[in-house]
Amino acid sequence: MFTKKVKTLLAVALPVALAASVVVITPASAGGTLTRTPGQEVSYKPYGPEYANVATTKDGNDACSWYNTSKKDYSGKTLRVLTHAIPNMGKPTALHAKQFEELTGGKVEVEHASFGDLYAKQLRSFQTDTNQYDVVFNGSYQIGDFHSFYAKVPDSVTKGNGSLATLTPLYKELYKWDGETKLFGIDADRHFLKYRTDVYENAAAKAFYKSKTGKELAVPKTWKEYNQHAKVFNGYKPAGQPAGVKFSGTTEITQKGGLMFGAFIDRVAPYAKNPNVKGGFWFDENMVPQVNNPGFVAGLTDFVEATKYMPVGGKNFDLSKEIESFGRGDSLLSYTWDDAWSKSNEPTSPIKNKVKAAPLPGAEKVWNRVTKKWDTPKGGVNYAPYIAWGWSSAVTAASPAKAMAFDYLCFWANEANHKLDLTIGDMGVNPSRTGDFTSDFWVKEMNWGKPAVDSWLSTMQNYEKNTNRVFDLRVPGVSDYMTAMENGVAKALAGQATPQKALDEVAKEWNAITKRVGITKVKSAYQNVIALEDNIR
Amino acid sequence: MKKGYPRFFLLPGLILLIAIIIFPLLFTIRVTFSSWNVSQTGLNFIGGENWAEMARDTRYWGSMLRLFYLSFLTVAIQYALGFAIALFAWKGIAARRFFRVLWLIPMMTTPSLMAIIWRSIFTEDIGALNGLLSRAGLDPVNWLTESGPANVAITIAEVWQWTPFMFLILLAGLLSLPKEPFMAAAIDGASAWKTFARVTFPMMAPISIGAIMIRLIDASKIFDSVFTMTRGGPGNATETPAAYIFQRSLQDFQIAYGSTLALTYLILAILTLTIIGKVFARLSKPRGI
Repeated sequence: MFTKKVKTLLAVALPVALAASVVVITPASAGGTLTRTPGQEVSYKPYGPEYANVATTKDGNDACSWYNTSKKDYSGKTLRVLTHAIPNMGKPTALHAKQFEELTGGKVEVEHASFGDLYAKQLRSFQTDTNQYDVVFNGSYQIGDFHSFYAKVPDSVTKGNGSLATLTPLYKELYKWDGETKLFGIDADRHFLKYRTDVYENAAAKAFYKSKTGKELAVPKTWKEYNQHAKVFNGYKPAGQPAGVKFSGTTEITQKGGLMFGAFIDRVAPYAKNPNVKGGFWFDENMVPQVNNPGFVAGLTDFVEATKYMPVGGKNFDLSKEIESFGRGDSLLSYTWDDAWSKSNEPTSPIKNKVKAAPLPGAEKVWNRVTKKWDTPKGGVNYAPYIAWGWSSAVTAASPAKAMAFDYLCFWANEANHKLDLTIGDMGVNPSRTGDFTSDFWVKEMNWGKPAVDSWLSTMQNYEKNTNRVFDLRVPGVSDYMTAMENGVAKALAGQATPQKALDEVAKEWNAITKRVGITKVKSAYQNVIALEDNIR
Repeated sequence: MKKGYPRFFLLPGLILLIAIIIFPLLFTIRVTFSSWNVSQTGLNFIGGENWAEMARDTRYWGSMLRLFYLSFLTVAIQYALGFAIALFAWKGIAARRFFRVLWLIPMMTTPSLMAIIWRSIFTEDIGALNGLLSRAGLDPVNWLTESGPANVAITIAEVWQWTPFMFLILLAGLLSLPKEPFMAAAIDGASAWKTFARVTFPMMAPISIGAIMIRLIDASKIFDSVFTMTRGGPGNATETPAAYIFQRSLQDFQIAYGSTLALTYLILAILTLTIIGKVFARLSKPRGI
């Protein structure tokens, strides 16, 4: 009897197991021209000479791996994608579109646009109901304007072995709106400080600083210290300074329309984000703008002072100029996005292994908008890092090809592609998943110096734990708010208005924007931001 | 039937006129009384709120004042230089044909490309101009980040591009002048300067006015150079109405408010240029006639 049972079991199980093994080892190619086997090497080399030096990696086991994607058949179907200009986001979008076409047989039409046009084109498509795109790329801070036009990201992507399952908890929240994941998060950005170790770890430079100020030189803890260091070392010649490059104190984003609002938020946050005051950093409970409170004014005053210690032309730097300038060794200090960091770590960088990362400086006082007084922070310094928006994407709610669109994005961000994209500086993809925070990858595969990598990763992990963070104003009309703010800040930087007067004008403008967009609408959306600021989520 | 028949031929032109001028203009006027913006699309009615806001908008009026001096200054320089070069070419120089074509090249360049080239020349850290200054032992100038130099940079770019237009028109005018008055002046022993002041310049007045008016109309729309070179900065130091309207309408998506600004801009431009035209016409009228 027992033998008969075993025989029956074997008779059923063996063919099934055999069939399963055949399925597993059979190269998959449902609709495309490219066949894949599980765990096969993934290489970008066939896609152009610019990828000749990019590392290779093994295909992952995730739901949207190359192998799993190759089992899909989208022959005869077309996907319309709106993305940023090449290279930042535009390059990986086009590359993964080509790969997706080869794997699935579908067609992916990619349209590139400048950052401003990306917003405008989406807006036009949604407002005129013309439904021009299936997939759109955006800055995640624009979620307040667009969330109702986006489809919910399926659980299969955000959970289990989906591409977004390993996003850090902070970023999982950032890509949600009212509890639903609306953005397909492919990037995560945090602003942090970058400083030159050939000054901060150099005995002669330390002695020079002491001779000028009577103080010991250490990585700046406050923006006041930051400005002082920039002042003292403006025109100095560090030991490792690249030949022919003049040295200045600081490189920052200062150009109106060039993402300067990010730099401004960095500088004002520790003066204005009080850990003991809940319920709003940007507005108070009555939706009165806080952009002109003494905390913001103090931050702007520092920003204006710093313009004296910038390189030639530094008062008109957008993000790309900031990256270029710091990357070629123009200055002692810089901050904002990861890009200048990656640039300074590139193999050909003249300052490779001469830069480390640290948390953004804080402030020795912080404004309390409730008591209308300055508070002295616990520990002497108030830190309030700005968790800047990262690149994200979305599938439009009106898309007739949602399944294909999500499959494309899921493939875009699969384990193997994510890893390779991280290694290419201009792709615009930064660490966003728990696995990205191990130094081995950066040291061994990217050949970055371990002390530098450790300083960078620990800074980012510190931000994950920090409970006094500032987030973007993720409300409808955010671009208007930021434009108005940049305009006021630009006037102060150009000396056309005092910081107080410039920010008073911004506050007035913000009131007009709130009125225009609708106070109820803005207030309701702002609750989502407060939840992040006050660590309710 | 016969009477109306010829009018039928006017219909295509009329339809075109309505479609591309009359309807957009009337629609724009209607939009100014709505609150059409990024989050409120469509034509609601909010009365004259946009007009009142515009009246209080110091940034707009500041840009308007800036436009006045930028356009008058650039056109005046273009006229003076254009006239000088035209006289030079008219009086006969070696390889005259070659130089005539050469002088036209700036005008044939796409304005936005021209502005990019000028921006790269004026760029403060790696630009050619500061490079030359440093070779001469001079300090670099903040061409694009200080109010004064930024306005100078834009003026130079505008003058460079549009002086050839003045040159072209004025040279055509000079070539069409009758020879007799010049012969009479020569017989009377008039000096070169007197001939210019009493004969050439007065005879060129109608052509000069035409050229200046055309250039003023064009200069009142200064945008490419401003947007590309400074984005209206530093602060708002070089912002012109066209750049400001672009910002409000097509970047901030304040369609209704942007339309209000644009309409006002159009009305003011028409009024100003009409007055200037009348003044010029009166000045150029021969006295005693």
